[in-house]
Amino acid sequence: MAAEFVIEGLKATIEGKEILKGINLQMKGGEIHAVMGPNGTGKSTLASALMGHPKYVVTEGTALLEGEDLLEMAVDERARAGLFLGMQYPSEISGVTNSDFLRSAINSRREEGSEISLIRFIRQMEAKMKELDMNPEFLHRYLNEGFSGGEKKRNEILQMMMLDPKIVILDEIDSGLDIDALKIVADGVNSMRSPERGFLVITHYQRLLNYIKPDYVHVMMQGRIVKSGGPELAQKLEAEGYEWIKEELGIEDETVGQEA
Amino acid sequence: MTTQTILPVDAQQLGAQSQSSGEPGWLKDSRLKALELAAGLDLPKLEKTRIDRWNINNYGEYKPSQALAALQDAPASIAGLIEGQEEGSLIIQRNSGAVYARLAPELAAQGVIFTDLQTAVREHGDLVQRYLHKAVLPEEHSIAALHAALWNGGVFLYVPKNVVIETPLQAVLLTDDAEAAFVPHILIVADTNSSLTYVDNYVSDKTEAGLHNGAVEVFVGAGATVRYATVHQLGQDTTDVTYRRAVVENDGTIEWIIGEMNYGDTASDTKSVLKGNGSSSDAKVIAVGSGSQKLSYTTQAQHFGRNTPSDMITRAVMRDSATSIINGITKIEKGATRADGQQTEKVLMLSPKARGDANPILLIDEDDVTAGHAASVGQVNYEQVYYLMSRGLSRHDAETLIIYGFLAPVVSQIPLEGLRNQLQSLVERKLGQ
Ligand SMILES: Nc1ncnc2c1ncn2[C@@H]1O[C@H](COP(=O)(O)OP(=O)(O)OP(=O)(O)O)[C@@H](O)[C@H]1O
Ligand SMILES: [Mg+2]
Repeated sequence: MAAEFVIEGLKATIEGKEILKGINLQMKGGEIHAVMGPNGTGKSTLASALMGHPKYVVTEGTALLEGEDLLEMAVDERARAGLFLGMQYPSEISGVTNSDFLRSAINSRREEGSEISLIRFIRQMEAKMKELDMNPEFLHRYLNEGFSGGEKKRNEILQMMMLDPKIVILDEIDSGLDIDALKIVADGVNSMRSPERGFLVITHYQRLLNYIKPDYVHVMMQGRIVKSGGPELAQKLEAEGYEWIKEELGIEDETVGQEA
Repeated sequence: MTTQTILPVDAQQLGAQSQSSGEPGWLKDSRLKALELAAGLDLPKLEKTRIDRWNINNYGEYKPSQALAALQDAPASIAGLIEGQEEGSLIIQRNSGAVYARLAPELAAQGVIFTDLQTAVREHGDLVQRYLHKAVLPEEHSIAALHAALWNGGVFLYVPKNVVIETPLQAVLLTDDAEAAFVPHILIVADTNSSLTYVDNYVSDKTEAGLHNGAVEVFVGAGATVRYATVHQLGQDTTDVTYRRAVVENDGTIEWIIGEMNYGDTASDTKSVLKGNGSSSDAKVIAVGSGSQKLSYTTQAQHFGRNTPSDMITRAVMRDSATSIINGITKIEKGATRADGQQTEKVLMLSPKARGDANPILLIDEDDVTAGHAASVGQVNYEQVYYLMSRGLSRHDAETLIIYGFLAPVVSQIPLEGLRNQLQSLVERKLGQ
């Protein structure tokens, strides 16, 4: 069944301060949605609230993935239900190798007794790493420890490819990537496109969207989606910036915390 | 503050017992002298640890142990540790005495001595007398003195000059009778250019309060290498006080691998005295504290020789309301030029009630040296837990991975695969409840 993801009236606070002020968004399997918007407008907050980061408190709304409300679930249950978040700032974890971690992640989706065999796992992982032009030594490196910015982003994509999620959120996956790496990462994402999978791609740059072609583009300001359109919207933003939207909507300060 | 030492035996009893065990006169004298010392000495001074409030007086009394007819008659509580050891070199102490001792014939043929210390005293008296209580001195404090007065069973390992032993020699020390004194003494002498690995396990199987007052003395001859691995997995009822010392001659090497996996209150102090030029020491300690354990772990390196490197690493995980004080003391004496003393202590706390305290101390009386320390005390990072959970791992699995990751840099460096796996599963057991 094609993934259907429906966010309705999502509000979230951090340390008592309301950041998300009612997000509505509908996605279907096969679609790519881009989320753009100036700094500090709530894009990462949206991603983190959906994933269930402990610092964010959801105060209202629902996020139904195939009819089930993610917001009622613990973080790991959301992941196993099919949500994946490629983070803007992935954690570094010393002493835990990339391969041990990923194997645990895969096995967390399997019944006890039907864990993935080591051989099969290593083969899969090596094949995906090759696609992402990652040195096989990253298998045995500690998770993200000492990885460069670009290496961390590739590692996020590697995890996405191994975990086969239904809804993928990528938060600034393009930041810190050089041009070649950007293409490799985009190819990785495109190879995962399927009618069963939806993508929510947070980015500041049209450049990424040249490689990962969105079906819809949304603009966030003040913790809301203030404008939605097709790929042409991203092009207009690239050419003209955000001023025209602010003028159109009468927004003076687009960051969260300012009321329209 | 002086606390009156409660003597578990009187001199007359102790003397009579020594005599009836067939011990030589010098040993009887040594025991009696130590007992007298004990009466006048204080408890050891442990940083931020009120050992005087611990249960440290349950010595029990000396009870002869019944030798095992065969290895398969060993108690079930230690069966896993001695599996497949029929042909190996193994000593088993149960309560106050040895119940099994075997030395592989090929090692015996090379002049290696491996027997319980009580037997060694009778059969190799001169050799034992030369080293016994020369590294852990009875004068240090009342616990060391009582140890010297009361020690029983024990291990004596002597490896002659140039003999290199690849296979680990093993000992298992079991306390399963709370009324029987459990005061084993481990004495290892590695002669010039010899090499050996020794691994022991301390196990308990009882429910009444008890005490392990243990001492370990290792003499590393010139150019010799000793790898000493020890795993303490005594139960909640047993208080463990252990002093370990190595004295290292020119170009000798001592390597300590210590697993502190007890369930009861524990004070341990592991010290390398780098006496000779070019001697070196490496100490790795991993510890898990649980329940309401009170723990004090000290590692020390004292440099006298020139060109002496020492490295000490302790990683400890504290859960529940376990309390731990972790001390690292690097002492570089005047004249120990080009010594290099390094130490790291790290504590990971898993609950708000757990306590950890890391105290790195550098005492340096020589200019031409290098030394360094790092210490940290922290909790499991919730961002890391979130990150792992966001990939589908349960909270428990995420925390477990992070905890093992914390210990991994030490565990992965343990050169003996069997020991590495054993420690891994003990850590799992302590963290898994
Ligand atoms: N701990 C916090 N306390 C108070 N405000 C916070 C906290 N964390 C985030 N915020 C605020 O929430 C707002 C939204 O932040 P968010 O990270 O979602 O923005 P963003 O749209 O992803 O920005 P960028 O494009 O720079 O990544 C910002 O104004 C930020 O300062
Ligand atoms: Mg952001």
